[in-house]
Amino acid sequence: MNTIKYEPIIGLEIHAELLTITKMFCGCSADHSSLLEPNTLICPVCTGLPGAMPVLNKKAVEQSILVGLALNCTINEVNIFARKNYFYPDLPKGYQISQYDHPVASDGWLDILDENEGTRQRVRIRRAHLEEDTAKLMHKGNFALIDFNRAGVPLLEIVSEPDMHSVQAILSYANKIRAILRYLGVNSGDMEKGVLRFEANISVRPLGSQELNTRTEIKNLNSFRSLTQASSYEINRQIDLYNNGLDVNLETLGWDEVKGETYSQRGKEEAHDYRYFPEPDIPPILVDRSWVQTISSQLPELPDAKNKRFMEEYGLSLQEVRSLTYEKEFADFFEKVVTLSSSPTKMIYNWLTGEFTRQINERNIDIQKIPVTPENFAQLLDLFSSRVINDFTAKEILVEIFISNKNVRDIISEKGLLQISDENYLTDLINRILSENPDPVKQYLAGKESLFQWFMGQVSRETKGKSDPQVVRQLLQKILKNNN
Amino acid sequence: MVISPIDTATPSISTDTVRYIAYLIRLKILDEETKVFSQQFSQIIEYFQLLNEIDTREVPPANENCPMNNVFRDDQVLPSMSREEFLNNLPQHEGYYVKVPLIFDDR
Ligand SMILES: [Zn+2]
Repeated sequence: MNTIKYEPIIGLEIHAELLTITKMFCGCSADHSSLLEPNTLICPVCTGLPGAMPVLNKKAVEQSILVGLALNCTINEVNIFARKNYFYPDLPKGYQISQYDHPVASDGWLDILDENEGTRQRVRIRRAHLEEDTAKLMHKGNFALIDFNRAGVPLLEIVSEPDMHSVQAILSYANKIRAILRYLGVNSGDMEKGVLRFEANISVRPLGSQELNTRTEIKNLNSFRSLTQASSYEINRQIDLYNNGLDVNLETLGWDEVKGETYSQRGKEEAHDYRYFPEPDIPPILVDRSWVQTISSQLPELPDAKNKRFMEEYGLSLQEVRSLTYEKEFADFFEKVVTLSSSPTKMIYNWLTGEFTRQINERNIDIQKIPVTPENFAQLLDLFSSRVINDFTAKEILVEIFISNKNVRDIISEKGLLQISDENYLTDLINRILSENPDPVKQYLAGKESLFQWFMGQVSRETKGKSDPQVVRQLLQKILKNNN
Repeated sequence: MVISPIDTATPSISTDTVRYIAYLIRLKILDEETKVFSQQFSQIIEYFQLLNEIDTREVPPANENCPMNNVFRDDQVLPSMSREEFLNNLPQHEGYYVKVPLIFDDR
């Protein structure tokens, strides 16, 4: 059988909740969380009571412009809000206030690295527009229960062109958008709270062909995991259909997390059914050049620029710097430690991405709330590199400062953790250990060199891990030689 | 203006379109109602055709009902309304939630 190789064509829509204090069109707090009691952040505007007048939150527009600039977009001078009409209980007005043909930003791009091949690839951004989030629905029997706390929270929808051709590329793109939004301080990046939601448009075609086949759209993907799993399922499903001489239907799909399958959402209205028209309650927004310039001056150093600078300043590889810069707080922490510490940069990098990251993961610590101060961590590393404490003790203290962030020097003196490098003391100890273990000594001298590590271990055990391994090694070598 | 039943041989809004609009807003509609609405909708649309006689090539689309731009609020929290009052004014609620019938999405 001759098998055709297929190429996926994927575009992504990312809905990002903006980090404003209040909702998009009213003064209700936008800080909705599942911990809050339902319907506590509500007013006539966000519950769609008749006659309520929405007034646009300036901050939401500014944050959107900031994102547009970071994604190399044109910031449109005229912004017009539109009503997107559809009937669903999460939308009490019967329409969502959105933007249609005059969005905040359009025609941008973002360069990503395809993780598999490590090649740089450009994804074009079609547009970024503002809209209001919907209420939360909970199904219960034949009824739906509604909580309006999320209704009206500003969302920025970032729409890419169908420029991605692998699940790896989508993941890389989505991760980069998340990092940029976090760098800009306009999104918390907290996936579990649903602050980033994805929709993927997918079609496949024989590799090398230029035809455009029917695409499907998978809605409501709320995690990186469901984004990648649903996309790869859908790519394979379409390829199977073509291989069996069948066609792909133009349709909207949902993702069943439990079954691991996409399913058809029949009856969802097509775009023209939304009957968009200009929102009469929100006058047009004119964005002049000086406003854009003011916002542009607030652009922080973004991941790509930071990667480049870190490589140059700290002599690290691209792969190394990327593990530091993915989270802005982590990159900042690294730089502070580098400034404060006299230890080699490479060593700081190794500790941060090794033991330090392990502690963060094991303790499930929010990267925005690292409990250890850079000062304390820098001190720990310096005491280690100047051999006041050994590797074993340093790791022990690291665990301790993750629990208490007590001053490293205080922990050392309280627990008596100073490294033992006193040669007289260690010589006596080694002599004692050797005389108590004549057989291993004989075997070692007969050529069983692996026993050296065993002697090292005995010394370490006797000193409860506090002996300076370098000094012990030298002494042990010297004494064993003399025993010969 | 009072809309009187019109008698046009080919209404511009068909009974099928009326059924479709009813579906979009999730309203049940009887067959005889589709005929009435078909006529009334057609009449409204035809009345608005009058506007087509005006040359609007130089007029920008109306995006506002009064000539204003850039009406903003500052990002400052205002007190929310009383949940109790809100819920008590609804046809149904359960606990602190608004309760509504499910929407079935199939046509
Ligand atoms: Zn509100």
